[in-house]
Amino acid sequence: MSLDQNRAPIYEALENFKRMRIVPFDVPGHKRGRGNSELTDFLGQACMNVDVNSMKPLDNLCHPVSVIKEAESIAAEAFGAANAFFMVGGTTSAVQSMILYACKSGDKIIMPRNVHRSAINALILCDAVPVYVNPDVNNELGIALGMSVKQVEEAINANPDAKAVLVNNPTYYGICSDLKRITELAHSKGMLVLVDEAHGTHFYFGDNFPVTAMAADADLASVSMHKSGGSLTQSSFLLLGDRINADYMRQIINLTQTTSASYLLLSSLDISRKRLALNGREIFAETVEMAEYARSEINSIGGYYAYSKELINGDSIYDFDVSKLSVYTLPIGLAGIEVYDLLRDEYDIQIEFGDIGNILAYISVGDRKRDIERLISALYEIRRRFGKEATGMLSQEYVNPIVTETPRKAFYADKESVPLEMAAGRICSEFVMCYPPGIPILAPGELITEEIIDYIKYAKEKGCSMTGTEDINIERLNVIV
Amino acid sequence: MELWFSERHTPNVKFSIKVDRQLYSCTSEFQRIDIFDSKEFGRFLTLDGYMMLTEKDEFIYHEMITHIPVAVHPNPKSILVIGAGDGGVIRELTRYQSIERIDLVEIDELVVEVCKKYLPTTSCSFDDPRINFYFEDGVKFIRHCENKYDIIIVDSTDPFGPGEGLFTKEFYGSCFKALKDDGIMVNQHESPFYTEDAAAMQRSHKRIVESFPISKVYQAHIPTYPSGHWLFGFASKKYHPINDYNGTKWNMLGLQTRYYNPKLHAGAFALPNYVEELLRDVE
Repeated sequence: MSLDQNRAPIYEALENFKRMRIVPFDVPGHKRGRGNSELTDFLGQACMNVDVNSMKPLDNLCHPVSVIKEAESIAAEAFGAANAFFMVGGTTSAVQSMILYACKSGDKIIMPRNVHRSAINALILCDAVPVYVNPDVNNELGIALGMSVKQVEEAINANPDAKAVLVNNPTYYGICSDLKRITELAHSKGMLVLVDEAHGTHFYFGDNFPVTAMAADADLASVSMHKSGGSLTQSSFLLLGDRINADYMRQIINLTQTTSASYLLLSSLDISRKRLALNGREIFAETVEMAEYARSEINSIGGYYAYSKELINGDSIYDFDVSKLSVYTLPIGLAGIEVYDLLRDEYDIQIEFGDIGNILAYISVGDRKRDIERLISALYEIRRRFGKEATGMLSQEYVNPIVTETPRKAFYADKESVPLEMAAGRICSEFVMCYPPGIPILAPGELITEEIIDYIKYAKEKGCSMTGTEDINIERLNVIV
Repeated sequence: MELWFSERHTPNVKFSIKVDRQLYSCTSEFQRIDIFDSKEFGRFLTLDGYMMLTEKDEFIYHEMITHIPVAVHPNPKSILVIGAGDGGVIRELTRYQSIERIDLVEIDELVVEVCKKYLPTTSCSFDDPRINFYFEDGVKFIRHCENKYDIIIVDSTDPFGPGEGLFTKEFYGSCFKALKDDGIMVNQHESPFYTEDAAAMQRSHKRIVESFPISKVYQAHIPTYPSGHWLFGFASKKYHPINDYNGTKWNMLGLQTRYYNPKLHAGAFALPNYVEELLRDVE
């Protein structure tokens, strides 16, 4: 069977619905924007017209039987998945649903420690026990890499009772693990493979990209359509392989999903899927061309290092996503976060994130050549005006955690708040992370060490946006009593 | 038949010229290019519907953006012109025998081709052997230049569209780097009159002030531009536009101009109070 990718059933149903001129005596109470003119002026009438409630002609995301079901089938085929779910709670909700599907209380799950906070949050919800595989680290760049097959194998052999392996692929920086091999290993021991593919939507539609989770025969994948796929913020896909019971998954999703799913988000997923299915190859060829151009220009500035496939090492950097523009900044004497702030404050350019040693500029089909030129010129200028000797720069981006309690136990334990400086030797009961990228420096249940305290102080001093703690200023940490 | 070209100067103000006939229309890789002929202003060029120049009043703009920096610099030899595909700035520059090299960077080659064909008034000097043509983005061209030019003339379109990179701080910083130690940059600086134009003018002034030790603004009256009141930026590493200016020396060159003269040179830097205030706000 082959479905027509020209179709966009939710979008079409909404167009149809508009023509019906239904009189609304249902929610939302703004009634096509008439009841909130300031909001309507701001967002536009077209937007308010389709901010509507679930109803028979438009189906219901919690229990899809018509247009949403149809749209999900077409999406599944586009991604090469057995089933697909439209998600309106961000990829966070997709990642959590994957884990809640695979694990019950006390079940083990093998995962890299440099996961997004959403994965560890799911462990707090379901009380699964993480078996962390420390990611390989590139010491020169200071970034955490993919999972090495050998380490995954060791973790699988040491924990044959684990229910699943979670892989973060690609990482924020564009680094991919050997997904096929990891999947084979996990499946050989009856474990499910869950892939946080938030940054990999384009793999499914462009040419010459690293292998996708579905093509690697993984069981579940969470795809941020709103990142490289062009849909609205907060909209994502959850993709299912053929070993997964889709009806049970729907029940899992409904545990935490809103019953008032936004049709703005749903239609944006539907239209974006159509666009990528029809034109994805050209769209991403153009994106890659811009990223490659920017990379070669940035590398000709001197100091900066915009890395790419040359990093590939056959294991923890099994492949690299060339649409990503990650740049190592320490050789010009500036932390990535400092370059990130300078780009915005001095040059009115907002990039995706800056961490201790790197910046990441998100390149997409929405970019214009002339904006790429601005970014490159601004990096030139930052080096000329602000560059300094690269001494005393901390490069380590990843500190191996020492896990002593499960995330859930630590999160709900009796705790007290202590000053950051006094926290060494205690067990943390909350998250500490820079956002973005949202990868925890500390997660609930981990031992606080001097090294981690120094790292937090350094990141704060350089201007990273720190989040996760109850104390909004990150001067105190909650620790287990 | 009445055929009118209209340009919106603000959401509530429109400027129109009665068109005799349209001579050319095309969309290049970067923008839509049109040439019209009119009784009042002669031929005129528009890009994306915005007035660039008319045969009747272009001399004001081109003389003022060119003679001011060239007359201040004691020995200008190497000049970079960014934008200027119509050739007006080039026409004025090539009148100076002392200039040895003119690099012209225009993003849209088609503009040059069209102007050569339809606007001989401005494009008449493109054959001068001192000119080197570079058809690329000025932002890209200049970041590779260092300590190379005596004068940079930024003859940009508006701060939106293909020219918007020419109003950015990274661009002005690159110009600073591309100039010699006594170099001068002059740029098309927008208008102080209508609110939105004034905001754009302030934004670029702020960025130039942050990039150059000397940053002054001068004005001219250009009838076909929004409000008619137009500004130019004079940014310099060493020379002050009035204190370091020798009008007698310029007079000795014996150049015939229709707008520019040494008295006006000094006077152009005298600005209305409201403009001084707008500039002071961002300095």
